[in-house]
Parts: sequence; C-alpha cells; structure tokens
Amino acid sequence: MHWLIEPGLLASSPVRVAVLVGTVVAITSAVVGVFTVTRGQSFAGHSLADVATTGGSGAFLVGLNQFWGFLAFGVAAAVMLEVIGVQRRRGRDVATGVVLGAALGLAALFLYLGSQHSSTTGASFTVLFGSIFVIQPSTVPALIASGVIALIVIVALSRVLLLTSLSPDVAAARGVPVRAVGVAYLVALAISVSLSSVAIGAVLSTALLIGPAATALRVAKGPVRAMVTAAAIGVAVTWLGILLAYDSYYWPPHGHAWPVSFFIVALVVVAYLLTYLHRPARRRRSPSLGTPRAEVEVGA
Amino acid sequence: MFSGFMMNTWIAATIVAVIAGVVGFFAVLRGSTFAAHAIPNGAFAGAAGASLIGANTLLGLAVFSVAGALGIGSFGRKARHDVATALILVLMLGIGALFISLGDQYAQETYSLLFGEVFGISPDVLLPIGILGALSVLALLVIFRPLMLTSAMPEVAAARGVSPRRVEMAFLLIMALATSMTVPVVGALLMFSLMIGPAAAARSFTARPWLAVVLSVAFGLITVWIGIAISYETDWPLGFFVGVLGAAFFLTGRAWASLRGRRLLRSRRSSAVPASANA
Repeated sequence: MHWLIEPGLLASSPVRVAVLVGTVVAITSAVVGVFTVTRGQSFAGHSLADVATTGGSGAFLVGLNQFWGFLAFGVAAAVMLEVIGVQRRRGRDVATGVVLGAALGLAALFLYLGSQHSSTTGASFTVLFGSIFVIQPSTVPALIASGVIALIVIVALSRVLLLTSLSPDVAAARGVPVRAVGVAYLVALAISVSLSSVAIGAVLSTALLIGPAATALRVAKGPVRAMVTAAAIGVAVTWLGILLAYDSYYWPPHGHAWPVSFFIVALVVVAYLLTYLHRPARRRRSPSLGTPRAEVEVGA
Repeated sequence: MFSGFMMNTWIAATIVAVIAGVVGFFAVLRGSTFAAHAIPNGAFAGAAGASLIGANTLLGLAVFSVAGALGIGSFGRKARHDVATALILVLMLGIGALFISLGDQYAQETYSLLFGEVFGISPDVLLPIGILGALSVLALLVIFRPLMLTSAMPEVAAARGVSPRRVEMAFLLIMALATSMTVPVVGALLMFSLMIGPAAAARSFTARPWLAVVLSVAFGLITVWIGIAISYETDWPLGFFVGVLGAAFFLTGRAWASLRGRRLLRSRRSSAVPASANA
C-alpha cells in the first residue's frame, strides 16, 4: 500500500520533476496570492481549487489528462463567480459558496461514476490531496507554460490590479474597467490554482496561494517587495517540504514517507506565525494590507 | 423506499436538513460562508485521526471541528478573517493528509466522510444526532437577538454591550457542534452545500429573519427529500443532487429577488415612498 501512495520515491527523476514543478507553482501562487489576500478573496481562491478538482475527477472519468479538466473547470468557475458575484464582499462569498457547493456535488457524481468503472477508490484521495511525486513528466511543459501565462497576466496587470483592489472607486473614476480587470484577475487566479491543484492537490494549492502572500504582506513594504518576498517564501517552503517528505521515508513508522502536503502546509503556517514574533509595530504601517479591515459590512 | 433501514436515512437526513437550514441562515447572514466550508472540512481530518488511533469517529470530528472553530475565531481577530480561515483550513487538511497516509485502509472511508454515507445509517446514531442537533438549534435561538444585532449593526451591538467577538465565537462553536455530528451522515462537503444553498435562497425571498429561517429549513428539507428519493432510484450519490438543488434554489431566489426589485423600483418611482432598507 505504501508503494501505491508514494511510488518511485527512491528514484531521482520524480523528485527532480517535483522540485521543478513545485518551484513554478510556488512562485506563481505566491505572486497571484498577494492580490488574492489584498482583495480579500481567499475563499474564492480556495473554492477555485476545489472546483478545479471537480474538473480533474471529470477528466479522470472520461480518460483525459487531468490538467485539462482542472483548467477548464477552474476558468469556467472563475467567469461564473464574476457573473453571478455581487460586488459586496459578503454577497460575493455567498455566490462563491453556491458555485462551490454545486461543483462539489458534481465531484461526488464524477467520483462515484469513476468508481463504477474501475475500482480506484484512491482517486478521490489523489485528486484532493495530490502528490507532487506522481506528476506525469508529459504534463510538465503544459504546467510550466500555464504558470508563466498566469504570472505574465498578473505582472502586466499589477498596477491596475493594485488600484482596483485598494480603492475601486478611484480606479473607476480614472476610467479603469474595474469589472474587466476583475475577470482577468480571476482567470489568472483560476489558471494558477488549477496548475497548483493538479500538481500538488487542492489542499496545498490554497496553502501556497494564501500562506506565503499573507506572510509577505505582513513583513514587506510595498507591493513589489511583497510579491518577491512571497515568491521566496513559497519556493523555500516547497523545497524544504519536498526534502523533509523525502527524508521522512526513514522516519517512523516503518519506512513509510509522510505526505509532502503535510510538510509544506506546516511550514507555511509556521512561517506565517513567525511574523507575529517579529515587530508587531509594523502592523500599523499598512492598514489595508496586513490588518483586519472592518470585517462586517453593514447592509445598506 | 420507506422500508426499515431507509427510515433511518429519512429521519437522519431530516434532522440534518433542519440543523443545516438554521445554522446556514446565520452563516449566510454573517458572511461566514468560508468558515462554514472550513469547519466541516477540517473536522474530517479529526475523523481520520480518530480512526488512526482507534478512537470514536464522532469524538475525532468533534475535537477537530471545535479546535477549528476556536482557531478561526481567535486567529481571525489578529489577521484578516479570510486569511485566518484559509490557513486554519489548510492546516487541518494537511494534518488530515498525514493521518490518512499513516493509516492505511482509509480511501473508502475518506470518500464516505467527504461525500457522506446517508444510506448506511445505523439506528443508534439517530439519538445522538437528534440531541446534539436540538442543542445547537436551541443555542442559536437563545442567542438569536445578539446574532442578528451583531450581524446587521455591529456598532449598535457594541454600544449596547454585546461583544461581537464573543457572539462570533459562540456562533462558530455552535457551527462546529452542528457539523461534527452531521458530517458522518451527509459528508463534509455536502454539509456545506446544504448550509449555503437553501439559506442563500431563503434570504433572496424575504428580508424577515424568522420567515427566512423557516424558508431556509423548508428548502433544505425539500432538497434532501428529493435528493434521497432520486438517489434511491438512480443509485447516484446524494451529494450530487444536494449540490445541484441547492444551486437551483439559489438561482431561483436571485431571479425572484431581481424581479421583485424591479417591480419595487417601479412602484417606488410612481409613489415616491422610500422603501425600507433591505440587506
């Protein structure tokens, strides 16, 4: 059973692929994540990962490469979120929740139908939690290309995005198409999230999207530094996580590797918590980025 | 369809739908949708842990969902709420992934905890589910006024000495209590669909809170009843029907709200009487 969960752990090629893909995913997620955190869209980011997972199980069912399923569902969900989403944060969360709920229902169906075809009960586990060590080498170019595309979109849009994130009214007054920017951003988010969830699972996808970005926003001054810091943190936790997972093969119990997602998530959370030890006065510096906003919007 | 073992299914699903309808109404009202997703999902890690050490699954679910609620509640004060929720969620899921990989034969159970095992309910879980469900609904009704007040007018609530943080924490704990015993029945993912879809739809139909709670429960009941009936006939998973029906209710509610909004606007224009605020 161990061999099924972590095949080829001792061979070096899967580890090399894991490091390569992990690095691309970590950088893309971290940079996109800076805007996700700033815009308060963590829930959308997480939901897109889960919705993309539905696409992954659908692709699994019809025998396509999972990545295309992830991508198609992720992008479709991003567009849908923007179409039915209202601009107020609370309404947006509810719309996100409904899309997520429907997608999870579909996922249940796909996984059920999949288990009728073949007796792969492990499918739900792999789709949800992924495994960076079992990425098919043939998918790697597509993964890297989509990561680069998402990154380019975000960097090209970063000035406008920042403006629309921090003060949408000012942006609208200056003639920025706020809605179109929002859609472009969500599509980039969807690409990045589908990329990361096919590579490392829906769980890790959210961890790498939110964790490094939130950490960087607490310690770095200004958006550019935040993006660079986030990318650095993302890459560091990914590498360290892969290394620890590889080593954990020799830990108890009996030559059974611990999942890499556990290590990366733990490192991400530890990194974030460490920022609380570090100069709490910094918190007052950037009220819109690091500290709680007025969380409850009064219904008008 | 109504034979012996199916009766357990009908009863359990009815209890779950009532709980989800009431809890979901407040989750939607307070914008705690993400927490409503995170708490049941994180609780699932607890079940994995309990099965690893051979403890009772319900206990594992309860421990993890309460820990998740406490984490989101206390962490959310320091950080952005959605960031805190996301981090707590991934932390619990990461631990869950570890538990699952350490214990071996868990794949099938993973599936049933995520998507529910509504047709395999044993009669002896009905009583605990019923009692805990009644407790959480009762607790919500007790704090109904502070909940409404802190959701709609946090400043007024604070001025009256109602602490929004304490109310938030109480609400998250009730949600944790409610989800920990419903997860084995409908699954972590479906519990979320069942909380959000019907409640969001109910809020589109009416602004009156009590009516919205009743509608939310009614929509939830219709969703699970229709879902179970079709699921029984077709053998397709209940989760699919719950997810799709929830979305259908929501879309109907939105269509209704926009239709009525247009009509209101027209009548308002003709009579020039300001209508009451409608969140």
